Amino acid sequence: MNGIVSYGAYVPTHKIETGEIASVWGADGSAWAKNLNVYSKSVPGPDEDVITIAVEATRQAMKRANLNGDHIGAIYTGSESHPYAVKPTSTIVAEAIGATPNLTAADFEFACKAGTAAIQTCLGMVGDRQIENGIAIGVDTSQGAPGDALEYSASAGGGALVIGDKNIIAKINHTTSYTTDTPDFWRREGQKYPRHGGRFTGKPAFFKHVVSCGMMMMQKAGTEAKDYDYVVTHQPNGKFPIRAAKTLGFTNEQFETGLLTPRIGNTYSGAVFLGLSAILDIAKPGDRILAVAYGSGAGSDAFDITVTDEIAKIDRSETVESMISRMKIINYATYAKYRGKLNMGATK
Amino acid sequence: MSVPRFWRELDTRYNLIGSYCKITKTYHYPRRSFNPEAGRESIDSMKDYQFKGTGEVVSSTVVHQAQTGYEMFGPYCIAIIKLDEGPKITTQIVDCEPEHVKPGMKVKSVFRKLGEDSESGILHYGTKFILNEPEEAINSNDEDISNIEV
Repeated sequence: MNGIVSYGAYVPTHKIETGEIASVWGADGSAWAKNLNVYSKSVPGPDEDVITIAVEATRQAMKRANLNGDHIGAIYTGSESHPYAVKPTSTIVAEAIGATPNLTAADFEFACKAGTAAIQTCLGMVGDRQIENGIAIGVDTSQGAPGDALEYSASAGGGALVIGDKNIIAKINHTTSYTTDTPDFWRREGQKYPRHGGRFTGKPAFFKHVVSCGMMMMQKAGTEAKDYDYVVTHQPNGKFPIRAAKTLGFTNEQFETGLLTPRIGNTYSGAVFLGLSAILDIAKPGDRILAVAYGSGAGSDAFDITVTDEIAKIDRSETVESMISRMKIINYATYAKYRGKLNMGATK
Repeated sequence: MSVPRFWRELDTRYNLIGSYCKITKTYHYPRRSFNPEAGRESIDSMKDYQFKGTGEVVSSTVVHQAQTGYEMFGPYCIAIIKLDEGPKITTQIVDCEPEHVKPGMKVKSVFRKLGEDSESGILHYGTKFILNEPEEAINSNDEDISNIEV
């Protein structure tokens, strides 16, 4: 039986409110917040990036289940904001948890679903008994260009799942994917900010893939929406995931626990990991969860998950909610400084 | 700093690996090959030890004139902290108002970016600290300068 052995999450301490961003551009903050259903977003500090977030989330996962590096045979980190173009994030994570040198590691990229592709890879390796446990990480510190609609939502955060076949806290019953060539969002090599297709990111992209993949998953598992206690999907804003969940037949009670974007923004590759972590923070044995990720370009990965009795044995004292409650508000000037949006001139 | 020099100290910076002296039963950070208190006998008595990463503030200061590479933090807190095992280290305390840091406050380690060689150079990662207790308001006993006659 393969599944989740432990989980970890990390959300940076700083956050900026939607109204503060809107005020800089002369826009209506209340309208933006309401239209996106995003009221604040997390901001990485000057010394935080994908690598530091990945390490913190992974260390939390290891600590929860009292694991050490010797237990880990693979680390895959999915992100679209790796600090290095060439040099893996995953090797640094491996060193920081004491898992080197007897493991395999690589970085994945598939917009916002690179981390869930890493889960599927770990499941395959564990299932094939090549490794005892593998770690799949989804993390991002993505940016929106100043004044662009993305600036209101693009945030930072991530999570890590230890995938194995012993002492699992949640069984992954099934997984499936839905993939097409849909150019709804992209960032060219060397470009600082991504570009997107505006409304094209909705119906033919996010909704088509998430809803199709979610339906495929339930068909494969022989389930209906009412069979699940929780659902979490990718959440580029606070509205898309609600509409997708309702289209799939889910209710507010099923999706509200995993819906974090209204408070922390779009954490890209971290979104499903963080939503799933928030659910696992409170889940009971027997609870069933549907998770559907989405990555532009485009594709969806879905997971049908059942929580086991083992979840009562791990340390769940540190929660996603406790991280969010510690967040401190910053103004746009500080945000611009932290995110490298200031032109420091030729002397720097 | 050269790439090999930083690389040689990765475990010290990433994972707070120091030394334990079996003769004096004392902990040391960073790693030592011998303990000056025990002399040459300690050369074969030192073993690697990973610190828990918890401790308390001994003394702190707020840096307003940031050193090169730390301009984005200013003002920021630099503190001497005493790890639970005993050694004192100088470190940056992050994610808090720097003037809120006081002696005796509990801290815990976090993994952060320490700096970079240049825009195209290697990135340096390692350990900093955050407060491990609710951040308190600035001490109300501080002198109220509005009442000072000049």
